[in-house]
Amino acid sequence: MQPRDTSTARAWYLLLLLPFIGVLWVPSYNSVEPSWQGIPFFYWYQFLWVLISAVITAFVYVMTREPDVVRLEDPATPLNEDLA
Amino acid sequence: MDLVALGVFALLFIFVTLLGFFAARWRAGDLDQLHEWGLGGRRFGTVVTWFLLGGDLYTAYTFIAVPAAVFGQGAIGLFALPYTILIYPFVFVVMPRLWSVCRTNHYITGADFVRGRYDSHLLALAVAFTGILATMPYIALQLVGIQVVLAAMGVPSEFPLVIAFIILAAYTYFSGLRAPAMIAIVKDIAIYITVIVAIVVIPTRLGGYGAIFAAVPPQRLLLTPGQITAYATLALGSALALFMYPHSITGILSSNSRVAIKRNAALLPAYSFLLGLIGLLGYMGLAAGVQPQAPFGAQWVVPGLFLQMFPSWFIGFAFAAIAIGALVPASIMSIAAANLFTRNIWREYIRPNLTDRDESQVAKLVSLVVKAGALFFIVFLPTQYAINLQLLGGVWIIQILPAVVVGLYTRWLHRTALLIGWAIGMLTGTAMAVSQNFASVYPLQIGGSSIAGYAALYALILNFVVTIVLTWVFNALALPAGADQTAQADYTALARAPS
Repeated sequence: MQPRDTSTARAWYLLLLLPFIGVLWVPSYNSVEPSWQGIPFFYWYQFLWVLISAVITAFVYVMTREPDVVRLEDPATPLNEDLA
Repeated sequence: MDLVALGVFALLFIFVTLLGFFAARWRAGDLDQLHEWGLGGRRFGTVVTWFLLGGDLYTAYTFIAVPAAVFGQGAIGLFALPYTILIYPFVFVVMPRLWSVCRTNHYITGADFVRGRYDSHLLALAVAFTGILATMPYIALQLVGIQVVLAAMGVPSEFPLVIAFIILAAYTYFSGLRAPAMIAIVKDIAIYITVIVAIVVIPTRLGGYGAIFAAVPPQRLLLTPGQITAYATLALGSALALFMYPHSITGILSSNSRVAIKRNAALLPAYSFLLGLIGLLGYMGLAAGVQPQAPFGAQWVVPGLFLQMFPSWFIGFAFAAIAIGALVPASIMSIAAANLFTRNIWREYIRPNLTDRDESQVAKLVSLVVKAGALFFIVFLPTQYAINLQLLGGVWIIQILPAVVVGLYTRWLHRTALLIGWAIGMLTGTAMAVSQNFASVYPLQIGGSSIAGYAALYALILNFVVTIVLTWVFNALALPAGADQTAQADYTALARAPS
């Protein structure tokens, strides 16, 4: 089986660009207001992006899920099962 | 000396030491094989990889240095937060390909991959050399983390630091990567507990987050206009550099599947959140009136804050968490550097007919040498040297990105062009940082205006331009490009355990 490294998968990967736009466009969030619970915007906005980017990554993972099979002809060490 | 704190500290330290030696038997493998000693047999699943990478990337030095930067410089010091946000989308896309090609071809280091992909032992040497060079000061800085907490507990001499490092060296020698992987679980849990307690207890005592931010001088609360490009380029450049470090690649290659890596790209941001909170400890230090203390300066902020806020037993626990947080990365870094030296220097140039057993033996010995070097550095030279060199390490390590990352997608770039691009990137990046008296931000002059940005990123751009232009030239001249030992399918090869 081939992993779905196809154009559909690649399209989902584009979502992973969003965190780059969100945090590298610094002037968009370099301000005190709107503050939240006394925390300036600059700070809570970036903490929020930690969560958003984790959710985006998890979403892309689900949408591009790979089949979970062995395709290695010569595993020098047989891999143990994912015990964890 | 605070004996209660010291007692708790010592107990935890002894516990992880036992764990380190016991780890040799964990998912036992033949430790006379380098992939068993140096990659834990490539058998860590999603959860262990999460602890291992978390323990590996978020180091003790980070826990000391990030709050120190926020304490001393304000908003700009928090670039670690966007930096750690940007790492994981990158890891999600790129690192499964590296894992697959290394797994299929039995590569143990990033330089092994470059060797096979470009058929160039010189380019592999450049990658290995850069990795070792960038890692050495990083290991040394982990010792600073231990030094600061020992001093905070009133321990007067360097002697305990030496003991701690000898113990670390011993269990790394015997157990290989299994030792830090196992200890990382304890380290990460202890750090989470410490930080969660800190961010609940300390703000309550300081009158809430509003009061904490109110204590920050207004001019440091936000970025000044001149700091904006610096902030963005530091975040982007650091994110691109992080997974070029040998210890990061070792962490990736030791996992048992692509799926484990992809899942971790979504799960590791938990540590980023934690790191952001740790950064805010710098402002809590300001609000609590912690004073910088010689010889540590602003790096005193976290220990100083904890001493002021917590009872002895919890101080012992929190400081142990930081010290153990130094041991895990130091161990993985020394293993990664040892793997590079053994595979890409010793075996390549000195003893081509190395048996598997000898290979593993050389790596074990090199891991000792690397740590002895780091210890010597910290005990006998000013700490500032290690800090400066670690800063240069980021500038250096990013220069292997064209060979490693672009190489995962295309072989179009010419090996000789990559080598020249690397050399120019190394030299200009170093020159930029040195010209600013070892600051990572360089004011680049473009058309009369000055744009302050991360020197590593500027040097990487130059590296890319040189590499691309020379690739055109060398391809036009039909310079030999060597034979690619990897196949297209290797990059997406899947593996899962037999059930």
